[in-house]
Amino acid sequence: MGAAAELTRPRPGPMVPASFTVTGKRQETADTWTLELEPRDGARLEFAPGQFTMLSAFGAGEVPISISGDPGGGPLVHTVRAVGLATAAICAAKPGEALGVRGPFGRPWPLEELEGADVLVVAGGIGLAPLRPAILALLAGQERYGRLRLLYGGRAPDQLLYTAELEEWSARGMEVAVTVDSAGPEWLGHVGVVPRLVHRARFDPDSAGALLCGPEVMMRFTVSALAQAGLTSERVRASMERNMQCGTAHCGHCQLGPTLVCRDGPVYAWSELERWLAVREL
Amino acid sequence: MSESASHTLERQDFDELFGALARRGYTVVGPTVRDQAIVYEEIASSAELPIGWTDEQEAGHYRLRRREDAALFGYNVGPHSWKRYQLPPEVRLWRARRDADGGLTELEPEPRTAPRYAFLGARSCELHAMGILDRVLLGGAHTDPADRARREDVLVIAVQCAQAGNTCFCSSMGTGPTAESGFDIALTEVLEQDRHYFVLEVGSERGGELLGELRHAPAGQHERAAASAAHDRAAAQMGRELDVTDIRDLLYRNLENPRWEEVAERCLSCGNCTMVCPTCFCTSVEDVTDLAGEHVERHQRWDSCFTVDYSHIHGGSVRASTRSRYRQWMTHKLATWIDQFGSSGCVGCGRCIAWCPVGIDITEEARAIRDSEAVGDARP
Repeated sequence: MGAAAELTRPRPGPMVPASFTVTGKRQETADTWTLELEPRDGARLEFAPGQFTMLSAFGAGEVPISISGDPGGGPLVHTVRAVGLATAAICAAKPGEALGVRGPFGRPWPLEELEGADVLVVAGGIGLAPLRPAILALLAGQERYGRLRLLYGGRAPDQLLYTAELEEWSARGMEVAVTVDSAGPEWLGHVGVVPRLVHRARFDPDSAGALLCGPEVMMRFTVSALAQAGLTSERVRASMERNMQCGTAHCGHCQLGPTLVCRDGPVYAWSELERWLAVREL
Repeated sequence: MSESASHTLERQDFDELFGALARRGYTVVGPTVRDQAIVYEEIASSAELPIGWTDEQEAGHYRLRRREDAALFGYNVGPHSWKRYQLPPEVRLWRARRDADGGLTELEPEPRTAPRYAFLGARSCELHAMGILDRVLLGGAHTDPADRARREDVLVIAVQCAQAGNTCFCSSMGTGPTAESGFDIALTEVLEQDRHYFVLEVGSERGGELLGELRHAPAGQHERAAASAAHDRAAAQMGRELDVTDIRDLLYRNLENPRWEEVAERCLSCGNCTMVCPTCFCTSVEDVTDLAGEHVERHQRWDSCFTVDYSHIHGGSVRASTRSRYRQWMTHKLATWIDQFGSSGCVGCGRCIAWCPVGIDITEEARAIRDSEAVGDARP
């Protein structure tokens, strides 16, 4: 490209995706895949645990997907459930093929505020995906934190993500409790909803922090269970989902009360949200 | 701007303005009559202005009427706003070709081909609306260079309102009727028995340079008084009122007020209010491919919080009822906008009132909610 063309060519800006190549792919459940992506221009996408990208498959549209990779290094990792046109096309991408990536966007998990305290990570279903970078960061720096706990619930045993890694995290010092809503006789673990794991977990209610992601109803009941255990909503952080379409706080779709989820979230202190979540259809 | 800095420009010399702007490379966008409404389009001379027309506005009502004079700017606001140029109804964000492995190659952000615009005829409420949109689009951590480019070099020639419409309430919102800043030149149109002229205030260096190219004279006491009387007339005619005292917390306290149910019985959820609003900024994107699947473009279009899809997430829409969508729109405009972007999202232009097909009036809805609290307080 000549110098004149360089001069007139607009700088891409936050609405223009960068091309990433699928370098690894693993099926997690019947409809969920984990993709590893490497940037075509070579520069690693730096992010903080809890942030998301806008991910697109050629011509099929764009969706907000939390980053699930290791903030310390390695490829960009996304765990995606095929529930619509765009997510199905993303999940169908084969190694060597390309996807579009914008971001990262959003406010991360405030891990530094939790230093010195017990940390409860509570996940429901695919809600474990946005928590994985936080778990990896907590384990990598576990000397700075108190007891690390993961409470994880899925609908059924075959709906659980990262099953091999759950054991690895446990071996590295995180107490991992898994429950499912229903299971056959081959399942020897807990059966029941996630909030019911809260009273079994040991933590110092006066200083512990909790990181939540899952269906809103699961998070509400978890917050109640945590409150009963003495952990107040100021120390509960939750990652929220709304219809993020731009990531740049310009499109309006992800409004949640006086906030924009892509800018003020997706991670919030539950105390910031409870007033708004109490209003139906807000 | 001090009064002594005002100037006069006679009607017969008005077209010099178009000439001076053209010489400076500006494309003029201004008011013109189309389809029985006053809209903003590219214009080249004063003959295209809505000469001798005014607009009659009420809830659910907009009609053009003939004036008895040949005023160029003798109307209030029409269905268009400058939003069309700050955030066009549809833009292509980028286009690309598909390469062999599904990647995007030759990805080209949309080139900045927008002309250098001069906005002629912006009212005080509209200048405030432009400022509000600027804060949304350009005031955050992420800005799109294309949004920035559209605002660079825009020259604004404001027109001071000499009358207010029945649906106007800019006085309540603190956005008018008289513009004090945000323009390069502001005109006040004065029609006297035997003289038709404009009183000009200069608001920027660029405005001063432009004035230098026009046949103007210093405004005398009589002319300054005539302009001032026109401003006062507009302020006195304000058709509606919205009490903004504590409005954010008023609405936050009333998210479950039964009034939302009542307004939802009338609201068609058509989104007209969001289309005509000079600050409503919601957009969505759509990817478009050719039939062979080798070429893809992403288009950004205006969207409206009144559609069911707007709040869609996996599992359904967050706001499935009209009640919740009207509440979202009005509380955003008057309350959550303050938390999100530091000011109200309403400038009191009244467009949403006039262009609502069933005549829903935001000032009436806000009043009903305020009054319902007063009634509540009076109960023993």
